[in-house]
Amino acid sequence: MSAPNRLPRWADYGLLPLLNLCAALLISGAVIRLIGESPWAALKLMVAGAFGAQDSLGYTFFYATDFVFTGLAVAVGVHAGLFNIGGEGQAYVGGLGVGLVCLAFGSLSPWIVVPLGIAAACVFGAAWAFVPAWLQARRGSHIVITTIMSNFIASALMTYLLVNVLIKPGQQSPETREFGPGAVLPSVHQVMGSIGIPFAPSPFNLASLLALAACVLVWAFIWRTRWGYALRVFGQNPQAAVYAGISPERTILVAMLISGGLAGCLGVNELMGSEHRILLDFPGGAGFVGIAVALMGRNHPAGILAASLLFGALYQGGSQLAFDMPHVNRDMVVLIQGLVILFCGALENVFRGPLAAVLGGAGGALRR
Amino acid sequence: MEPESPAPQAPGGPPAPALELRGIDKRFGPVHANRAVSLSVARGSIHGLIGENGAGKTTLMNIVHGFHLADSGEIRVNGRRVDIGRPRDSIEAGIGMVHQHFMLVERFTVIENVILGAEGGKLLGKGLAEARAGLERLGRDYGLDVPLDEETGHLPVGMQQRVEILKALHHRADILILDEPTSVLTPSEAGQLFRMLALLRDQGRTVILVTHKLREIMAITDRVTVMRQGAVVHETATRDTSPQALAEQMVGRAVLLRVEKGSARPGPALLEVKDLEVRDRFGVLRVKGASFALRAGEIVGIAGVSGNGQSELLEALAGIRAPSGGSIILGGRDIAGDAVGPRERRRLGIAHVPEDRIRMGIVASFSAEDNSILGYHGRPEFSGRGILKRRAIRASCERKLAAYDIRPPAPRLRITSFSGGNQQKLVMAREIDSNPSVLIVGQPTQGVDIGAIEFIHRRIVELRDAGKAILVVSVELDEIIGLSDRILVMAGGELVGEVPGEGADEGALGLMMAGVRGGARE
Repeated sequence: MSAPNRLPRWADYGLLPLLNLCAALLISGAVIRLIGESPWAALKLMVAGAFGAQDSLGYTFFYATDFVFTGLAVAVGVHAGLFNIGGEGQAYVGGLGVGLVCLAFGSLSPWIVVPLGIAAACVFGAAWAFVPAWLQARRGSHIVITTIMSNFIASALMTYLLVNVLIKPGQQSPETREFGPGAVLPSVHQVMGSIGIPFAPSPFNLASLLALAACVLVWAFIWRTRWGYALRVFGQNPQAAVYAGISPERTILVAMLISGGLAGCLGVNELMGSEHRILLDFPGGAGFVGIAVALMGRNHPAGILAASLLFGALYQGGSQLAFDMPHVNRDMVVLIQGLVILFCGALENVFRGPLAAVLGGAGGALRR
Repeated sequence: MEPESPAPQAPGGPPAPALELRGIDKRFGPVHANRAVSLSVARGSIHGLIGENGAGKTTLMNIVHGFHLADSGEIRVNGRRVDIGRPRDSIEAGIGMVHQHFMLVERFTVIENVILGAEGGKLLGKGLAEARAGLERLGRDYGLDVPLDEETGHLPVGMQQRVEILKALHHRADILILDEPTSVLTPSEAGQLFRMLALLRDQGRTVILVTHKLREIMAITDRVTVMRQGAVVHETATRDTSPQALAEQMVGRAVLLRVEKGSARPGPALLEVKDLEVRDRFGVLRVKGASFALRAGEIVGIAGVSGNGQSELLEALAGIRAPSGGSIILGGRDIAGDAVGPRERRRLGIAHVPEDRIRMGIVASFSAEDNSILGYHGRPEFSGRGILKRRAIRASCERKLAAYDIRPPAPRLRITSFSGGNQQKLVMAREIDSNPSVLIVGQPTQGVDIGAIEFIHRRIVELRDAGKAILVVSVELDEIIGLSDRILVMAGGELVGEVPGEGADEGALGLMMAGVRGGARE
C-alpha cells in the first residue's frame, strides 16, 4: 500500500544519478589503486582526455551522438512499456540502409544523398524492429527475447553481407568501398573551418544536429501529441488503454518502429559522418549503452542528452586513460565503463531507499 | 485450542481488556495515518471499527498485526505489553487476522493452507494429522464445515473465508480481526458469518470487525469505535447509537444516507440487449443469454454477488470484450461486433465508468488533467492534427474539478495524490461531461467516502432526470436499492429476476442473488 521510495524530482533526476556515478567511480578508483596507479591522477587524465582539448571534446560529442540515438530509442520503447534491447541490431541494420544509399548515390549532391541516407537509416532500423514488434503484437512473443535474438541475426546478416556481397573487391578486410563525395556528412571542424574558426579535426559531425533535433521531436511526440499520449497510457496501464479504445497492437507497432528508426540513425553518425564506408561491428555496443543512458536520463530527452554526454566523456576519457597510463589497458577502461553502467543501470535503485530515508518526510511520501 | 488462562487482573478490579492500544501514532511521510489512537477491546466481545476509506483503520490493524511498526505507542494483550514487530509476534500473542484479500495459496488444499506457518516440524505428516483432528473439532464446534482436502482455489469465496478463519483459530488466535469481511459475500453468507462470529464471542473469544458498512456494525457489534482522519473520534456501546449518528461521526457533518430522487419518467428504449452471451478469456461462458432494455430517464441496477458475470456484461456493453453471441442494439444498429470498439462506442454516446477504477479507469502515474481526457483524447476539443491542446485540456480539467468539487483543485497533481472518492468523481466527471446518451457505471462508489457517495448518487440521478439511460452495477445492495428505478438480479451469468426499485425487499433480492429463481414477488 505504500510507495516509500518516491523521491522528490530534483533528487530523482539529479542527486541519485550523481550518487550512482560516484559509487561507480569510487570502486573504479579502488581497482586502479589495486593495480598500483593513482586514482586521482587517473580521474584527472580521464577528464582531461574527454574535455581537455578541442579534438578530445570532438570525440566526446561524437560518441555522445551515438548514445543520444540509442538512448532515445530505448526511451520511446519504455514509454510504451516495451523494453527494446534490440537497439544494437537496429542500429547495425540502419547503418546498412544509410550505407547502401551512400554507395548507390554517392556521386549526387549531398543535398539529395544526406536526407535520403537519413530516411534509409530510419526505414531500415524500423524494419528490423518491426519483426519483434509484430511478434509481440500479434503472437505475444516477449519483446525482450525477440529483440535480443534479432541482435544476433543482425550481426550474422551483416557479417555475411560484408564478407560475401558488399566487400570491396580485391581486399581482405570485410568492408565496403569508400562512399562517393556526395555521401559525406560534413564534420564540425570542416564547417567551422569554412567560416574561419579553426577547430581541431575529429569525427564530430553534423549528425549531432540530427540528434538534437531527434531529442526535441521525441519530446514533442511523447508529451504533446495524441499518439504519444496513447503510447504512454498503454505503457503505464495496458488495461486502461483498452478501456480508452487505444489499440495495443497498433501502439506496440508504432512505438517499436519509432524506436528502431531512432536506433538506425546511429548509422548516419558513424558511417555518413565518420567512417564513410560500411564496416564490421560499427555500432560497437552503443545500442546497449543506450539502455543505461535511457535509464540514467529517466527516459526524458533532456536527461538522455546529459547522460549521453557523460557516457561520451567516459568513452573518450577512457581511451585517453588507456593510452597514457602504463598499467591501465583497454580492458581496465571497459571495466570502468562497465561499473558505471552497472551502477547507473542495473543497480540504479540501490541508493534510492537510503536516500529516501535521509531526505525524510519528502522522501517517504505515501498516498492513501 | 483451550481458551487462555485468565488474564491477570487487579484484585476486585475489572478484567484487563483483551486488546488495548495506547497512543498509537504512525506517519507515512506527510500523511499522519494514526494520531495517538487509543482503543480498548473487552474480552469476549465483538468490537466494530468503522471509518471512511483513509481514516486509518486498516493502518491501525496492520500495526496490530505486525505489518507496520508504530512510530510510538504500545499494544497490550490481556493486560500484558507486547512488542509486535512482525506478523509472527502478533500470531504468538494470539491475534489472528482475516484480510479483505485472502492470503491463501490457491493451489494448496484447505488443510495445507491451514498449517501454513504452523507446520510443526520438518516433516509435514505429524502436523497434518494433528491439524486434521483439530480442524474437525473446530468444524463441529463452530459449524465451520469445510472440505479439508479440496483445492482451495476451487472453493467459493465464502468458503475460502472460512478457511481463513479456521487458519486463524488453528494458530490459536484468541483475538480475531476481520477486515471488511462481507465485501465478497452474499447477504445470506454474511448472515452465516455473523452467526459464526457471535458463537466465537459466546465462547469467550474476541472479535474486531473492521468495516465501513453501518448496517453490519448495528447488526452484530457490542461496542463501536469511529475513526476519522487517523484519530478516534467516537466510541460507544452499539445499542446507544444509530446509523445516522455513526455516519455523522465518520464524515464529520450531517449526511444523507438515502438517495433522494423523484419517480422516474422512462422514455423510449435507448439501448437494447438481446440474448447476450459473453465468454471470459478462458472461454468460459460468463453471461448466459442476457436480455434487457435501457430506457431514457431510467436507472437500471444490476444486483448480484461479485463474479456472477456482471463484469463481463459491463465489458461487453463498453466494447472492451467481444460477446460470443446475441446483440446490443443502439439507435437501431447492432453494435455487438468487434468492429465497434470502445472508441467508437464513446462516439455513439455510450460512456463507461469501469468497475475497477485503479486497474482500468485511470492511469496512476498520470496527472489529473491527463486522466481527465482518457478515452476522449482524440476528440477535436482536446487534440487537433494529432497535437494535444494542452491549454484546452487544462481549462476543461479545471472546470471538472470545480463542478464536481474535486479536491485539491490542482489539474497537474498526480491522480494517486487524490483520495479514492475524488478520483472516482474525476472519472464520473470525465464520462458525464462527454454528454453520453447511455451511461454504464460499475461499482460507482467502491472505495469512496460517504460524502462523495452522496455527491455521485446525486449526479447519477441528475443525469437520469436529463433523460439519459443509466445502468448501474454494484455489489452494494443498499446502493442498488437506493439508486435504481428497476433492479435486475444476476446470478450464475443469468438475469434471474427483475423487481421495481421502489420498495424492493432486500431479503427477496438476496435469495435471488443466491440463485433462487426470481419472480416470487410477482
